[in-house]
Formats: sequence, structure tokens, C-alpha cells
Amino acid sequence: MDLLISAFDILLRWDVALALLAGSVGGVLIGAIPGVGPAVAIAILLPATFSLDPIVGLTVLLGIYGSSMYGGAIPAILINTPGTAVNALTTYDGHPMTARGEPRRALSLAYSASFFGGVFSVVCLILFAPVLAKVAPMFGSREIFLAALLGLILVVVAHRGQTLIAGALACLGIFLNTIGMEPVKYTQRYTFGQDFLGGGINLIVVVLGLFALSQAFVLLTDEDEKIRVSRLRGGLFQGLRELARHPRVAGVSASFGVLMGMIPGVGEFTAQFMSYTYAQKTSKRPQDFGRGSSEGLIAAETSNNAVPAAAMVPLLALGIPGEALTAMMLSVFYVHNVVPGPGLFQNDMDFVVALYLALLILNVLVLVFLLFATGALVQVVRIPNRFLGVCILTLSFVGVYSLRNSVTDCLLAAGFGVFGFVLKRLSLPAVPIILGMVLGGIMEVKLRAAMARIKTPFDFIDRPVAFILFSLIIIVLVAHVLRVRKDRLSLKEAEWQTKTASTSFGALMWRRRNSFLKAHGKKVRARHSRLLRRLTGLF
Amino acid sequence: MTTERERRFVGPRRGQLVFAAVFVALSALLLVMLPEQTAWTKKTKLFAQPRFWPAIALGGMALFAALHLYRLPWKRVSRYDMREVRKWSEAVEYAGWFMAYVIMVPVIGYLPVTVVFVPALAWRMGYRSRGMLLLSVVFAVAVVILFKAVLAVRIPGAMLYEYFPSALRSFAILYL
Repeated sequence: MDLLISAFDILLRWDVALALLAGSVGGVLIGAIPGVGPAVAIAILLPATFSLDPIVGLTVLLGIYGSSMYGGAIPAILINTPGTAVNALTTYDGHPMTARGEPRRALSLAYSASFFGGVFSVVCLILFAPVLAKVAPMFGSREIFLAALLGLILVVVAHRGQTLIAGALACLGIFLNTIGMEPVKYTQRYTFGQDFLGGGINLIVVVLGLFALSQAFVLLTDEDEKIRVSRLRGGLFQGLRELARHPRVAGVSASFGVLMGMIPGVGEFTAQFMSYTYAQKTSKRPQDFGRGSSEGLIAAETSNNAVPAAAMVPLLALGIPGEALTAMMLSVFYVHNVVPGPGLFQNDMDFVVALYLALLILNVLVLVFLLFATGALVQVVRIPNRFLGVCILTLSFVGVYSLRNSVTDCLLAAGFGVFGFVLKRLSLPAVPIILGMVLGGIMEVKLRAAMARIKTPFDFIDRPVAFILFSLIIIVLVAHVLRVRKDRLSLKEAEWQTKTASTSFGALMWRRRNSFLKAHGKKVRARHSRLLRRLTGLF
Repeated sequence: MTTERERRFVGPRRGQLVFAAVFVALSALLLVMLPEQTAWTKKTKLFAQPRFWPAIALGGMALFAALHLYRLPWKRVSRYDMREVRKWSEAVEYAGWFMAYVIMVPVIGYLPVTVVFVPALAWRMGYRSRGMLLLSVVFAVAVVILFKAVLAVRIPGAMLYEYFPSALRSFAILYL
């Protein structure tokens, strides 16, 4: 109880209240505009928050993170274009509802489901915080190294069908982090004798290039789309009543969101996939999924909104970000000398609870705002694409230049912008680069610290948490290898079905060789040549 | 005809081969430079060597990218690949606009450059109506007021402001 009161004490300030309002309204707006995700907005605002108090700056960023998915549901439902990437599943059931004349029902259901997911996860985590405070100190250097490695492996493995290039991009991230003066032996690494590389490549410069500038380039080189928005009819409050009719789907989806959010590197997509599959399998009307099913919409929206609060757990407790957005927030902590990790939970528990309470208040604010302002908000969707590109380009300047007032930073960001643009054109992921940069830095420091106290390799995993994490890494890798084998077998099978010739040239040659060498082959060839002679003899 | 392997490939075909080949070449080049760009210190354990992590990262980059290149279902560069490369170069133009903006701000000033830059780029993008140009000017002024005057982000005053009368100069350096 004392904890709650001291947490409220932190929040009861006019600037925090303003930050909450700005974060929630701004987040919804940003989410509602297709083409501007929370990553772009957070990347641009990051340097601006450095001058604010940690709680104020983090509240704005958390506000954008937590509320953008609410806003992202609006274009997903009305025009079949997800506002943010995680709203893609919302289009499956949301847009068919609009097509059959129920856009308001779909919107209100999406808001209610998101609200439930958000509140559920925050309540879970506030209750869970004392347990976390006990577990977090069990993480020493080697455990944090293994957890970071697990996070990196999970991010790479999660990109199904693109694992190899995702691994290469994660390694690129680790490499980018090593550039510059190395802080232990004071040697230069890959600076090519250039002064501007001596200080290393700043994470925010890379983030702004890969997320904000590249998105601006995508929008600027694209065509404007003609958008027709359906008119909204009916009340927005009916969603809450409808949600109450599906408590099981909502509860399970929110739990999946919380669980998946806590595991670094997994995040919204896996949570959504699992909840949606669960909802479909246990539904009385599974045939409706993908055709405007209310349960499908609830599963998608509840699970994705339960993730942001949960994603803060590995960040706050261990200092390990699980995805790009929390990786950006980590830099805000560092700028204010608040080092996330086990110490934070022991010494500044009220700060952690205050952050969670801020998220709780934020969800209420966003719901109230959306219930009354959706009609006006829909107009945001109409902003033309390329004009949006101009706006993002202008705003990106503030983000990069205000960091160190350096033109070389801007040049690097522009370079990463073009690289990010190429990645986007090829549908390749940029997130592994960011996580590679952040987790690579953590891994380097922690491995060095851990190895100083280790004699034999088995010492590394002789503590229970380290052993569990190591086993998890092995399980994830084995599961991945099995999945790749299964995919290859199914590919082979499909190729055999569509092709008449052998798919393997080596195997074909092997069979020819055997046929030539064996006595049976000689007999068969003799018979064939006899038949051929008889056939030619006829003419 | 597209094969099963091509059908199952995640992402578009155009440009993949060029990207993978360039990525492998660059990683290999950086890997070769490892001995000269990093140091090997004496009396230091392997894990604490300054060379250890760049070696891991570049080794991983080269290995994974080479495997990715080997596993690609296409082995020949088509004209669609080259068309895609031209599309990539389109982004360079906008990167140029961005850099021009960056270079002009410390010379002429944040507000004046933004007020010219946003409508000019909007014009370049084909928005010629008076409404859109007005909107872009309003957006430019709003951005400057929000970031420089309200949030006070660190954007230094321009060289041009030095020539202003002293009262106006300090106002311009702080807010414009």
C-alpha cells in the first residue's frame, strides 16, 4: 500500500499529467495514420525527451507505445490498411465487419478489447512486481549474458523463412556496436583513422535512419492512395457489452500477451498468432474467423495491447530490451543515469510501480478519448502519403541533429535511411540490427565480467538460473533445426509432386553409375539395344 | 514457370540477389581488414580481447549472408533486379534533400530554412495547390515552435543571426 502511495506521489505532477495526455492523444493519432508507426514517432521524439525528467520523458514514450495500437485499429477496420504493423491481424475480422455495414461495432469492440488487454497486463504486472523483485537479484553477469543471447536468438528465429539473413543483420548490429574506441584496452576498432567514428555509432542515429528516414523515403517514392472512409453509424459503447460475452477468449488472449511480452524477442506477433489460433480452435463458429468474427477481433486486439506493459519487464528487471521500441527506451534510461536492472527493482520500486500506474491511467484516457473523438480522428487517415513523407523527413532532422549538432551524424543517418529503404523494399527485417546493437553491447560487457570468475566451461552454467537459460537456448535451437528440417521435407515433397524429373542431380548421377556398373544394368541395356535393333530393322 | 522453391520464398524476388551478393562482399571485405582495424593485446584472455566481438560479428555476418546467398532460389541477375537497383537510387535524391536541409540550418537558421524547405519539397512531390502549400508552411512553423521554443531541443542559432541587432539576436538564437 505504501508503495502505491509513493508511486502516486511521483505521478501527481502537472508535467506528468501533461505527458500522459500528450502521449495518449499523440499515440492514437500516430497509430491512426498508416505509414507512421510508434517506432518512427519514438525515434523522432527520443532526443527531445532527454531534457525532461526521466518519469516525464518515459511517460510520453510509453504513452505513444501503449496507445498507438488503439489508433492503428481505426484504419485497419475502416480501410483494410493496418495503422501499425501489429494491427495486421485486426484487418482479418475488422474489415469484413465494415464491409457488411458494422464499422462502429468493429471499432468499439476493438477499443474495448484493447482496453481489457492493456488493463489486464498492467494489473498482472503490478501484482507480479514483488515476485520479480525477488527473482531479479538472481541474475548475475552470466545470466544476463545468456538472457541477452536468448533474446537475440529468439528474434532471429522468429523471422521464419528469413532466419539466415536475419542472423546476418543481427551480426551487423553487433558489429556496428563495436565500432569506435573500445573502453577497456583503449584501442580503436574499425575507425579507419576517422575522428567521427572514434566515439562510435550512436544507436539513435541508426534507429532514426532505419525507422524514420527510411519510412520517409518509402512514402516519398510511393504513390498517393485514394482512400474512401465508410461513415460511422451506431453507438461506440456496445463493444464493452459484447466483450463481456466472451470473457474466456479475452482472458486467455490477454494472458498470452503478458507471457509473450515478457520473453525478450518474441512480442506481439507470436502472442496474436497464439491467441487467434486458440480462439478459432475453441470457438463454436470457427468458420466465421477471417469473415468478421467478433471473437477473432477480440483475440487480435486484446493480445497485442497486453504486450507493451509486459515488454517493460525484461527491460526494467534485467536491462534487456526485447524489441526495437524498448531498445530505444533503454537509451532514455541511460541518459538519465537510471540503470535498469536488478538494482532498480530493489532500490526504486516506487518508480517502477509509478510507470505501471501511468500505463493504467493512460489506457483509461485513451478509451475515453476514442469513445468521443473517433468521428474526428477518422479524418487523419486522409493525409496524403507523400506529404506525410515530407513531414517525417522534416521531423527526423530534429531527432538526429539535436542529439549532438553533428552533420556527420546526419550523414550516417541518411546512409542508414537508404539502407533501411532497401531492406523495406526487399521485405527484410530491420529490428535484428537494432537488437544486435543493444544486446551486443550488453553481451560484450557481461561476458567479459562473467569469464573473469570462471575456470572451467561448466562453471558458466552451474547456477540454477544460468542453467535454465542455457537449456532454453538449446531447446530453441533444436526446435528451430527440427522446424527447418520439416520445412525442407515438405518442400521436397511438393517438388516431387510437381516435377516429373528427379529433383536431385547428384542422386540421378549416382543411379546412372550403379546401372552402368552392375550386372543387372548390363542385362537391361543389352535387352534395350536388342529391342532397338529389332525396331530399326522394321524400317 | 515459378518453382516451388521460388513460391515459398519470403519477400519479393527483385533485388534479392544483388543485395545478398553485395552484403556478402562487404562482410568479407570487412573481415579481411580485421587484423589491421582491431588490436590483439598481450596478457589478455580471449573473451576480453578487443578483437573478439568484431570477429564474432563479422564472421557471423559473412557466414549467414553467404548461406543466405547460397540458398537463394535465383542465381542470375535479371533486368528486374537492375530496375530495382534504380529504384533504390531514387531514395538517394531525398537523402540529398535531407542533407541540404541539415547543412543550411546552421547557416541560415532553423525557422527560415524549414519554412522554405517544407513547401519546396511538397512542390517537388507534386502538391501545387495553394491549400497544400499553405498547410506545409503552417506545419513548418508549428514544428519550429514546438521543438525549438516549447521543448527547447538543442539546435544552435544560425550564423546569419549574428548580423541581427542585439535584442533581436538573443531572441532569434533562443526561439527561431
